[in-house]
Amino acid sequence: MDIVLQQLVNGLTLGSVYGLIAIGYTMVYGIIGMINFAHGDVYMVSAYITAIALALLTFFGIESFPIILVGTLFLTVAVTGAYGWVIERIAYRPLRSSSRLSVLISAIGMSLILQNYVQLSQGANQQGVPTLLTGALRFHVGDGFVQITYMKLLILFISILGMGVLTYVIQKTKLGRMCRATQQDRKMASILGIDTDKVISTVFVIGAVMAALAGVLVTLDYGAFDFYVGFIIGIKAFTAAVLGGIGSLPGAMLGGLILGLSEALFAGLISSDYKDVFSFSLLVLILIIRPSGLLGKPEVEKV
Amino acid sequence: MSNAVVRKTLISLAIASAATLAQADVVIGVAGPHTGAYAAFGEQLWKGAEKAAADINAAGGVNGEMIKLVKADDACEPKQAVSVANRLVDSDGALAVVGHFCSSSSIPASKIYEEAGVIMVTPASTNPTLTDQGLPNVFRVCGRDDQQGDVAASYIVDKLKAKRVAVIHDKDTYGKGLADAMKSTLNSYGVKEVMYEGLTRGEKDFNALITKIRSVDADVVYFGGLHSEAGPLVRQLREQGSKAIFISGDGIVSDEFVSVAGSPKYVDGVLMTFGAPPTSYPSGKKVIQEFRDGGYEPEGYTLYSYTAMQVAVAALANNNLDPIKGAKWLKTHSVDTVMGKKDFDDKGDLTVSDYVMYEWDAQGKYHVVE
Repeated sequence: MDIVLQQLVNGLTLGSVYGLIAIGYTMVYGIIGMINFAHGDVYMVSAYITAIALALLTFFGIESFPIILVGTLFLTVAVTGAYGWVIERIAYRPLRSSSRLSVLISAIGMSLILQNYVQLSQGANQQGVPTLLTGALRFHVGDGFVQITYMKLLILFISILGMGVLTYVIQKTKLGRMCRATQQDRKMASILGIDTDKVISTVFVIGAVMAALAGVLVTLDYGAFDFYVGFIIGIKAFTAAVLGGIGSLPGAMLGGLILGLSEALFAGLISSDYKDVFSFSLLVLILIIRPSGLLGKPEVEKV
Repeated sequence: MSNAVVRKTLISLAIASAATLAQADVVIGVAGPHTGAYAAFGEQLWKGAEKAAADINAAGGVNGEMIKLVKADDACEPKQAVSVANRLVDSDGALAVVGHFCSSSSIPASKIYEEAGVIMVTPASTNPTLTDQGLPNVFRVCGRDDQQGDVAASYIVDKLKAKRVAVIHDKDTYGKGLADAMKSTLNSYGVKEVMYEGLTRGEKDFNALITKIRSVDADVVYFGGLHSEAGPLVRQLREQGSKAIFISGDGIVSDEFVSVAGSPKYVDGVLMTFGAPPTSYPSGKKVIQEFRDGGYEPEGYTLYSYTAMQVAVAALANNNLDPIKGAKWLKTHSVDTVMGKKDFDDKGDLTVSDYVMYEWDAQGKYHVVE
């Protein structure tokens, strides 16, 4: 019993990280119909910025964990957001009127550029950051115990907060209305006076910011990363976005949680060798039953 | 007609120039993960080979010819290993190769070197299959995973007296090979592992796997794999409150293991099997001192790479730079190296294996267990 509960905790934290990154894929797809393959690498860049921010803050003699955390979050979110904006500006905007395929290839190119640029500038070695927050909450269940580290609690808290704020922004604010309008019909939105280029830029920045949140949290928790770390987690997050219905914001969060939970439960209760096989089989199964994902809307052919 | 003549002249010119190029230098490839997650090991290989080549050239080269090193980056990927191996033998004209590092790279590359008649001396690939293929040109100056697994298994049974052993591997040729070798010796001692599972290389979250290790109540966790996964694995194991003894092989012999684990306190008490300290041979004193004077600590595979270079050069120097004869020669002659005298058997393995158990301490350093 304690083991199953523990696996639920493991899956929930992993899933919330997938969800944060999946938001970037799903929002970009929703608004311009492209898959931003460089998104996983934006996450990777944020891991490096986290390490740089940590080094900077410790250099200035700051030692209290809350200040370091807030400072790192702030710096990383700002710089990664800037990356998101620049990437859209140089790699995607010039191709706005060309076919979806060219943008897709541009995205793959961007992904390679980011990986190689980080590899050359930061070195190909494994990087690590020291542990800052230790300790855990423990609950005794039967003979065993279920534990959740403070770092994992923080991951859950910040992910939920981030997703909550984002949902509010999209549903209730003027910016959100502009995003939704652009998503529904870009041409019509621009006729009505919405600067759609600006909205699209904003969406890229939002995606990058969410990836940066995940980057800071995961880097502080696992401590290890390299220039290639965005690949696997990017693929997983993309899977989560498709699972939940690409283009749908709650879908991305739901997809992330389902993927994280299914991985943890399968690895923990059956076999860790085949956990990826299981997650991807689940994806195939869901796509057979619901081709546009769990919460996705079927694409209506516009005539 | 005249076209054909021109073409023939061009071809013979090309052949002649290629031949002169090959005569000017003795080209030796240094193949390994010079980039990628395992680049730390590639650097060890390169530093060792570079120093050996410089020392040999300073002493007059190979039969008067200078050694020219060519760096070949396989990033520990089998496909890339094959393509760099082809490049080394075709366009670089290498006579010998020091490398590769990962067994999964060395095995496919070895066949290309065999076809081209090039000597391959790996400083680090320990998977038994490499030499069990029976290729005449393949040598290694390190041990084999079955020997390494034996040492680990007897340590677990005799010294630790552990009954509940969890075996984890990274599903790669080296990692799984090592874990399997350890497991089979363990089973032959009558200890059955309580868990045998693989993790995915490149991932960082192993919490689900670790909860499972906790649930089977393992008192020893044996991991076949490299430091980039071993670091997060041991850290998360400790974070989940497990006190199980963590044992791994020579895939974690790098200071990076500590930084990837996040803190020396997580690697404290981690055991690993590795060859007897390469820095302990009297014949290597001078070279080690020179490395240290240059501000570089020859850790891990650095001296193995130096040794591999010496072996390859000895084979070429004593056989008029003929790698095929050189490979035959190595099987009947011993070579004096910085790591002592090395003898090879018919397969190309060392006749003597020297695996011992090391332990990491709370300062993030490793030393031999007495």
